[in-house]
Amino acid sequence: MNAINLSRRFFIQSSLAASGGLMLGFHMPMAQAAVTDAKPWKSAVTGVEVNAWLVLDPDGSVTIRIPHTEMGQGGMTSVALMIAEELDVEWSKVKAVFADPNRHLRNDKEYKVMSTHGSQLVALQHPHLMQAGASARERLKEAAAQAWGVTRDKVEAKQGVLKSGAKSAPYAEFAAAAAKVTLDKEPAIKDPSQWWLLGTGTQRLDIPNKVDGSAQYAIDTRLPGMVYAAVKASPVPWGKLKSFNFDAIKDRPGVIAVVDLRAVEGKRGQPDLQDAVAVVATSWYKARTALDMLPVEWDFGEAAKVSSKSMSENAKKVLGEKGILTKDDPKALEVIAASKKVVTADYERPFETHLRMEPINATVHVQDNRVDVWSPTQDQSAAILLVADQLGVDPKNVYAHPMFLGGGFGGNGGGGTGVTRQAAEISKRLKRPVKVLWSREEDVAQDKQRPMSAARLSASIGDKGLPEAIFTRALWYTQDKQNQIGPATADYGIRNMPYNIPLRHHERHNLDTHIPSSTHRGPGANQTGFITEVFADEMALAGGWNPLDWRIEMTKDKADWQHVFKTLKEKANYRTDLPKGEGMGIAAVECHGTIAAACATVSVTRRGVLRVEKIVIVADCGHVINPHAAKEQMEGAACYELGHAWVGGLDIRDGRIVNTNMDTYNILRMDQMPEIEAHFALSGGKKWGGMGEPAGPPVPPAVANAIFAATGKRIRTTPFRQYDLSWA
Amino acid sequence: MAINLTINGAAHNVDVDPDTPLLWVLRDEIGLTGTKYGCGIARCGSCTVHVDGQPAKACQLKAASLVGKQVTTIEGLSKDGNHPVQVAWKEIGVPQCGYCQSGQIMSAAALLARSRNPSENEIEQAMADNLCRCGTYLRIKAGIRRAAQIGA
Repeated sequence: MNAINLSRRFFIQSSLAASGGLMLGFHMPMAQAAVTDAKPWKSAVTGVEVNAWLVLDPDGSVTIRIPHTEMGQGGMTSVALMIAEELDVEWSKVKAVFADPNRHLRNDKEYKVMSTHGSQLVALQHPHLMQAGASARERLKEAAAQAWGVTRDKVEAKQGVLKSGAKSAPYAEFAAAAAKVTLDKEPAIKDPSQWWLLGTGTQRLDIPNKVDGSAQYAIDTRLPGMVYAAVKASPVPWGKLKSFNFDAIKDRPGVIAVVDLRAVEGKRGQPDLQDAVAVVATSWYKARTALDMLPVEWDFGEAAKVSSKSMSENAKKVLGEKGILTKDDPKALEVIAASKKVVTADYERPFETHLRMEPINATVHVQDNRVDVWSPTQDQSAAILLVADQLGVDPKNVYAHPMFLGGGFGGNGGGGTGVTRQAAEISKRLKRPVKVLWSREEDVAQDKQRPMSAARLSASIGDKGLPEAIFTRALWYTQDKQNQIGPATADYGIRNMPYNIPLRHHERHNLDTHIPSSTHRGPGANQTGFITEVFADEMALAGGWNPLDWRIEMTKDKADWQHVFKTLKEKANYRTDLPKGEGMGIAAVECHGTIAAACATVSVTRRGVLRVEKIVIVADCGHVINPHAAKEQMEGAACYELGHAWVGGLDIRDGRIVNTNMDTYNILRMDQMPEIEAHFALSGGKKWGGMGEPAGPPVPPAVANAIFAATGKRIRTTPFRQYDLSWA
Repeated sequence: MAINLTINGAAHNVDVDPDTPLLWVLRDEIGLTGTKYGCGIARCGSCTVHVDGQPAKACQLKAASLVGKQVTTIEGLSKDGNHPVQVAWKEIGVPQCGYCQSGQIMSAAALLARSRNPSENEIEQAMADNLCRCGTYLRIKAGIRRAAQIGA
């Protein structure tokens, strides 16, 4: 078997669920795990548990249990940093393990939140994570104080050592006593001015395992006796399975069974089962090959008539109809109607897919007294609840084993959703551990997509060249008209635009579609930020303004926006006088409490070949705990969104997604990646914004505005590649 | 059918259909899971390995075609993660989710083996078929330049 390279920094625990740190790296994980201790995590790793997050070892090492998902955003390192900051231990002594989701649920959500979404980990959860470190530190001090006969304020805790006068001891010496200490009140967490570790820029803990093949993802799970399933759901989502002919493939090598999976009547939410067939075999390649040869008949219903074209035509029609009012200043419409100068434009963006590099999968082992789950989910505790629900078992007997995620991007919430139910169901029926892996084609066809959006905006421009009234009507297509997907509604990003326009009238429509929809990195802002910010450019230019000065003028009373725009002006050297074929564009969007502004520089050849040269991004997320990781997320989010806007876009025909692999659904490539320059304009204080997503949304409109500056061609839909950008 | 393969210098006897792609032999038969499945159609590069020193997409290589050849996977690139590309990757902190990085590293290592100090253009060409959804491209480029220095 492959030797697993154990890095000192990333502790890989190979024994069962033992200590609440579940792990990677095993090849024989739960095989021995029929052992079900009532509190399996209590049989500690090595060392003593001070609280749920922390184990101190006499050798000086500190194990921090990470309740969150590591999907590339650096969450594992962020959690460890925040706790280590308060605990005050040498960073080189810190190890990380994933926390036990079963423990979390058994102990009434002991880790408070396991779900990793909405760029919230640092922004919203730093108080309780830092508290875990601070509370442990004060308990260590109290335990030492009692032993040494002094008061707690006479004990210093620094870099893993407790000290009072001539006495000193390593933390671990008082770990057991500390775990029993009760404090009158919990200590306050540090003010950022007291930080010694946060804000300095730290290399991530998960890197060594990600350069030698030893990092394990859910897709890498291998269990004794495990079988493999390849699955095909209806190509037209929510179509009904009519029939299949197992006889045609049952003699193929390795084929064990065909399992039919059925949607539950009346249940059509994101995490629910769709009608599907699964071929189970002794290897995934054999399962997939046989599945491709299995004759299957579907009833697609009316949905088979839908296409991107028909949805777009319908969107145009609906943009002429009154929607739900989300803001209505009386007179806004009157002022626009009476104005001599009105700017009006329609925008549209297609569905996009998450396309995590790790195709969606789940491994489940159903046994009489316990169920084990390996799911690439952004919420391991939700995976337990999902599987318990599917099987009708007590969640206390379901154990989820966190692994690294090969990307998440908002698509792996809810326990990993339908695929996890499929694996549970198949394992139950076959009474064996099973790994369900969706082929890339299935992964795209059955993903919960980012909704298609469209909007009509209209503004009257007053005497100073500034807008005096604005009308917006936005729509998006979501499954069953879900009004809300996270913070994203059809007009999120439009109705909350920061510009001081005196009279505003905002409407939205939620349109129904059979295409499953979900959150997607920067929800709402990712689609509507483009719409708002291209329109801002159009308003500015119609009034004769420099688009960057226009934004500074239009946010005069908002200190944080002013700081961001002025920093961008200083850093980006924005110019409007470049020769034809070259252009710069500005955009700014708020998302998850963070303002991000971008200045893009492009060149377009006479024949219309676009090159995005450079993007300068300035962000205000209040505080930055790890500049290294924050900048990494800014580069990544920019690349992600530029890909959608330039070369992406799902194509729906006959009710189904037709560009289901990387030959037809494109993401940004290395040679298309612009230089990225990332800066912060932090407002500090009480502001804590997210950083995993917000840098993406301003990039597409900044590039579209730069293309306009370079060519005079106004881009109002994506992907840009559809446009003829040639100029004379 | 029994097929003899040499992977990371070790002999492996596997019983698979001769058409089985190397990717699935590595992952499901031998248990070398560092080589990743991303697209199955040679478009994403996550499954890049070396065959007799040349980069190749394991999802397109039939098992039977590899008899008598030396296959190297990410697990066999170096003994203890100290290949110049791996060292540079750690120094710069290239990976985010890390899923595509085995393939990125194998492509980068093959590039540096044939061109010690590659130009920007050479890098972009050699890496064009390795996709990264997290957007680590700038750091990959920096990693290759750094690895060229380390290896020189």
